[in-house]
Amino acid sequence: MIDVDRIRKDFPIYSKQPNLIYLDSAASSLKVSSVIDKIDNYYQTLGVNVHRGAYDLAYEATRLYEEARETVSEFIHAKNEEIIFTRGTTSSLNMIAGSYRNILKPGDEIITSELEHHSSLLPWMVTAKHTGAKLVYIPLNEEGRITVDAFQSVLSDRTKVVALTHVSNALGFLTQIKEITKLAHEKKAVVILDAAQSAPHMKLDVVDLDVDFMAFSGHKMFGPSGVGVLFGKEALLNLLEPFEYGGEMADEVYKDHATWKDAPLRFEAGTPVISGAIGLAEAIRYINKIGFDSIHAHTHALQQYTLEKMSHIEGLAIYNASSENPVITFNINDIHPHDIATMLDQYHVSVRAGHHCAQLVNKFLGVSSTLRASFHIYNSYADCDAFVASVIAAKNFFEGF
Amino acid sequence: MNIEHLYRQVIMEHYKSPKNKGFVADNSYLTIHLNNPSCGDEMTVQLKVVDHVITDIKHQGTGCSICCSSASVMSETLKGKSMDDAMKIIHEFYELIKGYPYDKEILVGDAVVYQGVAQFPARVKCATLAWKATEQGINKIKEDELNG
Repeated sequence: MIDVDRIRKDFPIYSKQPNLIYLDSAASSLKVSSVIDKIDNYYQTLGVNVHRGAYDLAYEATRLYEEARETVSEFIHAKNEEIIFTRGTTSSLNMIAGSYRNILKPGDEIITSELEHHSSLLPWMVTAKHTGAKLVYIPLNEEGRITVDAFQSVLSDRTKVVALTHVSNALGFLTQIKEITKLAHEKKAVVILDAAQSAPHMKLDVVDLDVDFMAFSGHKMFGPSGVGVLFGKEALLNLLEPFEYGGEMADEVYKDHATWKDAPLRFEAGTPVISGAIGLAEAIRYINKIGFDSIHAHTHALQQYTLEKMSHIEGLAIYNASSENPVITFNINDIHPHDIATMLDQYHVSVRAGHHCAQLVNKFLGVSSTLRASFHIYNSYADCDAFVASVIAAKNFFEGF
Repeated sequence: MNIEHLYRQVIMEHYKSPKNKGFVADNSYLTIHLNNPSCGDEMTVQLKVVDHVITDIKHQGTGCSICCSSASVMSETLKGKSMDDAMKIIHEFYELIKGYPYDKEILVGDAVVYQGVAQFPARVKCATLAWKATEQGINKIKEDELNG
């Protein structure tokens, strides 16, 4: 059972903003003090580069950085050689889509969906344009979900890449990726999973899911911004051209050619996000300490509680009442989401308004924008009550004109 | 911050009953389309200019009350003005929105009720979208004149 008062002591923002009702964790989570301390400690006591120096400080920085890699690999049940530190999910997904510009051929097919965040869609749209490959969309079901049956209806011998979201950032729906991956592998297609929204909420096991590549970000799981992870199966990674060239990624360099190291260093050209990796590892330790079972139980209860309260508000459209992630996406009559969000802000309630960087979702729903409230461990029932009260106040205010 | 300063009665009236809304199928109008990338709002403005005077302005868009009402107010404020005068008025409107002192002789009428927006930085883009579209249109017409 989560004790919100105790949890909030771990998040220093609450001492600075005691009235904060933060319901935008799907955009970025709040940050834990132990993560901030670890990052601070690296800069205060080390601050030097990794992998390069033969002195004590460099050795210690390298140890912390590689220990962070180990923490991440254990977190998702991967090998250390399969964990590449990047700038974030967007970077990770761009790197993979970029590499496939050398591999895909005209007529090849890339399966994607209208549920994708732009960072999972646009890199592949551009790769398709470059290579002559075709983007194929899985038809969503009535609710807006990707189903295994619908996936099967577009899977073919031409399918080379399956790039999908694990959990939709706009609607919170969970993709049955294990079943989809099994089918994709029967056609020898690779599966790239956008796990940005699932990583902060559920146990990810890359051996069990069997996906070929997976990306997630530090800042959505209590870690720092500017760091993320690209997981890739070892055998596949070493077949790929590096995404960037520079320091620490080359094996031998001659005047007219060079050879590359094996993964992960092959893909970490230049000085990596050292403090970010160390911070992310601490965020993972924090999550492990609390446990995904507790996180899920708490946030799911808040989501259900809020949904029940919202069901009494007239004129409210909720688009994802069945979502697995604790996300509520909604509109109120024809009042524009930005107007509502400004009103909610008056009550210190922070929600997202707009298209959530997933414009195809709004097109699917037939709306220009939506409001999204998302929950995490630091949210309380009092937050939910205040949120619902502020929604009612906003509705009354705008209907009063 | 006071919500009443943002959502003034005048603004909500323009939102509910906008002036000069809708398109005309007439190619003597210049059409400018702008998006508000942060929220997905979009605004299209049509300008008709005869002898340097804006004789008509139409607008059509999807957006919040601030964005849509502001398009209506913009069209009323700038219709009938010369392009040069319109540019001066647009500049003063931007000053007002930023919370800076503005020239009360140049910027008059309903446009001044947007003064409250300055307290809501997240809404500045909403309030200025239609004005930016018109500014872009005037610049385009002037450029085309220069290039013959």
